Amino acid sequence: MRRETRQAAFLQEIMHEMGIANSVLEAVRTEMGLHPGTYPCKVGVRIGEMAAIDQEALRFCFEAIIQETDLASLELGIEVCPRRHRCEICGQEFIVRDYDSRCPQCASLETACISGDELELAYLEVEEYGASTAGAKSTQ
Amino acid sequence: MERVPLERKVLSENDRIAGELRARFQEHGILCLNLISSPGSGKTSLLERTLESLPRNDRVAVLTGDIQTENDANRLKRFNFPVKQITTGGTCHLDARMIERHLADWRLEDLDLLFIENVGNLVCPASYDLGEAAKIVVLSVTEGEDKPLKYPSIFFKSDLLVLNKVDLLPYVPFDINVAAGNARKVHPGMEIVKVSCLTGNGLHEWMNWLEQRRTAHKSLQETVS
Repeated sequence: MRRETRQAAFLQEIMHEMGIANSVLEAVRTEMGLHPGTYPCKVGVRIGEMAAIDQEALRFCFEAIIQETDLASLELGIEVCPRRHRCEICGQEFIVRDYDSRCPQCASLETACISGDELELAYLEVEEYGASTAGAKSTQ
Repeated sequence: MERVPLERKVLSENDRIAGELRARFQEHGILCLNLISSPGSGKTSLLERTLESLPRNDRVAVLTGDIQTENDANRLKRFNFPVKQITTGGTCHLDARMIERHLADWRLEDLDLLFIENVGNLVCPASYDLGEAAKIVVLSVTEGEDKPLKYPSIFFKSDLLVLNKVDLLPYVPFDINVAAGNARKVHPGMEIVKVSCLTGNGLHEWMNWLEQRRTAHKSLQETVS
């Protein structure tokens, strides 16, 4: 494949994560308005296994858009959430592996998904200006 | 160092607009269906077949998304229902704001059914709520039967799987039972219809599903109002 075609294919693939990275950054900027005198160090997101988000691509996009901005040192924390089901017969909650949604306790197939498609902002860590000698540089 | 809990969705702005759209659809009794598939699986063909068989006075409209060209809208306009193309200019999915903008000059009180044909892509459209009542995923038999396992999100979130191009089954190594089994692994109990938009085979099953959805939506509407 020609180099430009490969690049275009790659960009097309990560376009989704680029949009997500932008939304995360927008949320950080909005939130920072509520915390004067501080700067953001780390933003935490939760991503479900079923959310169709590639972690590495998200990290790549995030780092690309913060580069050479005032948020260049902002760290991205990603927590991956497995798909969890609850058995409708015995109430057991369990993690679904390899699409096997049978209840491990009573073998029932009547189980319902309770989590695993998260795409959520979890937290933001902020530091007061002058509080750390590391300044705005990341501790990553 | 202070940790501030955020606890909200990354796409909360999209979800907010989608929520408003859903409320407007509800208010006007519109059933909105969001069609998603890989490029070339047959979303537009399915809509052509559908529009062709609906009564001429049916209150139906279509928004169709692509990165470039008005080709799909032109194909669908032949049936004289309101059709509008959304060209995203590069974005690989439709978002709620695009829907809101393109609905602006339609009178929602004139509609009962709105189809949204998403950009051909099995990944991103799964994340963006458009205010629809249901997502429908189209998979054709020239693709792999393991698509549901590779792209679980969209199969998990769709109410119906339309398996298209079944006329080609004799010529391709596609086991339709394996594909259906894979879809139901990801989404237990998922409804599946098998169609050929080329020969018309199985389309009555799809039209029945659609009719049932419309009836259910209407009776729900009457209970609410």
